[in-house]
Amino acid sequence: MSITKLEKARVGTVGVRTPLIDGVDKVTGRAKYTADVAAADALSGRILRSPLPHARVLRVDTSKAEALPGVVAVVTGEDCKIPFGVLPIAENEFPLAREKVRYRGDPVAAVAAVDAATAARAIDLIEVEYEPLPAYFDAKRAMAPGAEPIHAEKPNNVLREVHNEFGDVEAGFAEAYLVREKTYDYAEVCHAQMEPNATLAEYDVARGHLTLHTTTQVPYYVLLKVAQCLEMDQAHIRVIKPFLGGGFGQRTEALHFEIIAALLARKAGGTVRLLQTREETFIAHRGRPDTKVTVKLGMTREGKLTACHLLATQEGGAYAGYGIITILYTGALLHGIYDLPAIKHDGWRVYTNNPPCGAQRGHGTVDARAAFETLMNEMADELGIDHIEIRQRNLLREIPHVTAYAQRVMSYGLPECLEKVLKASGWAERRGKMPRGKGLGVACSHFVSGTSTPKHWTGEPHATVNLRLDFDGGITLLTGAADIGQGSNTMAAQMVAETMGVHWERIRVISADSALTPKDNGSYSSRVTFMVGNAAIDASRKLERILIEAAANRLEASADDIEREGEMFRVAGTDKELHFHDAVKAALVDTGPITVKGIFTCPPEFMGSKAIRASAIGATMGFCYAAQVVECSVDEVTGKVTAEKVWVAVDVGRALNPLAVEGQVQGGVWMGMGQAVSERTFYNQGRMMHGNLLDYRVPTMVESPDIEVLIVESMDPNGPYGAKEASEGMLSGFLPALADAVHEATGGRAYKMPLNPEYVSDMLDARDKMQDEAQENEQEGATA
Amino acid sequence: MSSILAEQTALADEQSATVRDGIHDPGAGRKTGARRRARTILTVTVNGRERDDVVPDNLLLLDYLRETLGLTGTKQGCDGGECGACTVLVDGKPRLSCSTLAVQVQDRVVETVEGLTEGGRMSALQEAFHESLGAQCGYCTPGMITTAEALLRRNPNPTRDEIKAAMGGNLCRCTGYVKIVESVEKAALARRETL
Repeated sequence: MSITKLEKARVGTVGVRTPLIDGVDKVTGRAKYTADVAAADALSGRILRSPLPHARVLRVDTSKAEALPGVVAVVTGEDCKIPFGVLPIAENEFPLAREKVRYRGDPVAAVAAVDAATAARAIDLIEVEYEPLPAYFDAKRAMAPGAEPIHAEKPNNVLREVHNEFGDVEAGFAEAYLVREKTYDYAEVCHAQMEPNATLAEYDVARGHLTLHTTTQVPYYVLLKVAQCLEMDQAHIRVIKPFLGGGFGQRTEALHFEIIAALLARKAGGTVRLLQTREETFIAHRGRPDTKVTVKLGMTREGKLTACHLLATQEGGAYAGYGIITILYTGALLHGIYDLPAIKHDGWRVYTNNPPCGAQRGHGTVDARAAFETLMNEMADELGIDHIEIRQRNLLREIPHVTAYAQRVMSYGLPECLEKVLKASGWAERRGKMPRGKGLGVACSHFVSGTSTPKHWTGEPHATVNLRLDFDGGITLLTGAADIGQGSNTMAAQMVAETMGVHWERIRVISADSALTPKDNGSYSSRVTFMVGNAAIDASRKLERILIEAAANRLEASADDIEREGEMFRVAGTDKELHFHDAVKAALVDTGPITVKGIFTCPPEFMGSKAIRASAIGATMGFCYAAQVVECSVDEVTGKVTAEKVWVAVDVGRALNPLAVEGQVQGGVWMGMGQAVSERTFYNQGRMMHGNLLDYRVPTMVESPDIEVLIVESMDPNGPYGAKEASEGMLSGFLPALADAVHEATGGRAYKMPLNPEYVSDMLDARDKMQDEAQENEQEGATA
Repeated sequence: MSSILAEQTALADEQSATVRDGIHDPGAGRKTGARRRARTILTVTVNGRERDDVVPDNLLLLDYLRETLGLTGTKQGCDGGECGACTVLVDGKPRLSCSTLAVQVQDRVVETVEGLTEGGRMSALQEAFHESLGAQCGYCTPGMITTAEALLRRNPNPTRDEIKAAMGGNLCRCTGYVKIVESVEKAALARRETL
């Protein structure tokens, strides 16, 4: 057998480059996404949105729309009196505005009509009378005394203030040789996943049941919130996530359009297809908020960190969403990467009259990490210490390690990550010697492998997987986990192939259909590989045990004596053996088709400490670590910054599927690059100016560098076959590594992102001014 | 992308004669809010099959493919001409079906991602995108593959820069493009080897 064929035979097992189990459907056009689901009789839905950023809604008159031939249903705030929100402690958003609108684009009414043109005309016929209110588009104005509260319960427009201190910060700064404090401004960015939002809602009038096909990362949350808002029994709702065109965090909470589609379908007594435009997909937003970060670090003469004080202010938009968690994350992941004896964190999450922010890849940690690493590099320059060296001097000393925030670090491949990027990038030979206009920069970063405390605490296991085995010998894996393109279906099947030794082709995966699959907490915080992977292993072991016992029975031997090699069960030391097919037949006698359940639960010691407020945020069983070196060029005439090449080393615990790990890491680094060089949202008095893929500057292929992925395997003791997450931990490092490279290329220090031509020219002007002043001072000194 | 749009404008002008042949129907007495538009009998070859369909003159090629023919492999990713997800081949050239009227492909040959599969066998590009993880979520993939197909028919041995230039109008949000470029290179090699 050729090596290729041997590899093919092993496809699906751990460590083998395995194409996606549903990949053929994607490349042939067979894959059905939400907008592709056939529904010939579906009505067309459309949403009327607020033209004002902040106003009281005085009157909504839908009578003319209702009278238009072809209109079947019109819904307004009167049709749903119950607010929703992803955090049970902050539910303050209505699917359709009641009393107030809080951002331009806030839904006010919606129609279902026989076709899209009729729905559009009906929308134009709805009359709404508003009383404008003062609106705020930045934190400072929103927090100013006397500002109109955007939500009555928060008179100062602050959703959450956070103050935390660990260790003796004052003493840490006092003992430091060098203390520096800088402020950084990171513009708001968003996910811009390629598939626009969409929901197909079917209401069965006779049974009072509702089925939703929808673009979500968490079908479970959609089901909860639709049931809540429509006051329906959860058992009467089915949520299906078809193929999904990315998410990156936008779809980790139930969004207004999903609930509106459900309201329309019920009122129309039929099926409604609610397709969102690209502009509306931008309006649904939930992106990474504009964050101002002031960071102060203390260091010894040798560059050893003594203390950190970080202040973060986020402009969070009009509703709470994930906001409380996002602001907590700016502090939670100051821990767990370096040996840092004292940490102080202050955060403010502020309401503004822009579309609501939410979770985006690297949730809350990105801007804080970027600021921290950027200052670390600047201080290393002052101390004359190499930028990789300074990180090596601050590594955690002993593993396992418990952070001051009660997080447990069980595996830590960061030292090896630094060594790998140092070598691969030619750092020692090239850094500091790059030609004018070119630079190399470095930074580190990390992220959680799933949050150990689900936001909807139920006491259930963190993940449940079912495996079904029937007469045909096929193994069907059922999981609620949403494959959003990251390949969770493939990962779960790999756990079965590896654990049970069965052929890859024998396994099929059915996922994310609440009528068929066990509930899953969802695809967020990089939890799925760690938690669902472990649950799949548990289920596989149980099913394997059943087959071993059946084989033992058939072979008249003790189960303890059965050895399994691939799909063959053998009595140890004999030639008595039974093939998988016959073992299945034996196992099904008397019982019939078999379903086993595998579970995974994070032990309480990984859930933070009750003594530390909010330490459940950032509590995880395993951190993914990354180091990256970015090579850039800067055109000082145009101000254009180009990332030329990236070397990124990532400690993923174990690469279950190196092909998928590379893909995830490249995507993560690249999304960081978008934020660093070109992406930003832009509002003019709350009016969205970036609502298309030309003005929102997602990098194209031409602007995208080669990203070389170096895998580090630290074999986490709790991860599935040692694995940790592999798609978020490397994102934030790109921003400071690029800033570092730009400094080498130009001598300018970047305090803002993105490094677009406008800012780069400002930055270069500031550099020139500083250099001129320094020269003048020198001359004055010489003449004195 | 702008060059594709410019070519499409030329295509529109060329086809205007056909549009003028459309049957005008003011839609009087129609019971919905939408006014009825002029229609044309469209004769077109889609994925190797010749078809005759009556289409409204304002129907986009994208909607004709997805809604009239049920070929949902072609995706809409934006509000018009921004992302490349809807790219199909018209007479072998990449076209944005979201910015092309159905009537503009009168008497032409249209290929979608579904049509690149022959007898159940994936094309070299489809296989390479699958095996090299050129597709993650898969939503941009049909447009990527059709754009790359046009490139490889024109230039069987493109450099990396030529690949990037040809596909610069196709956005992807998952891969960082690295494995897309690798997939196209791999497919180009496979196609040259089978020649």
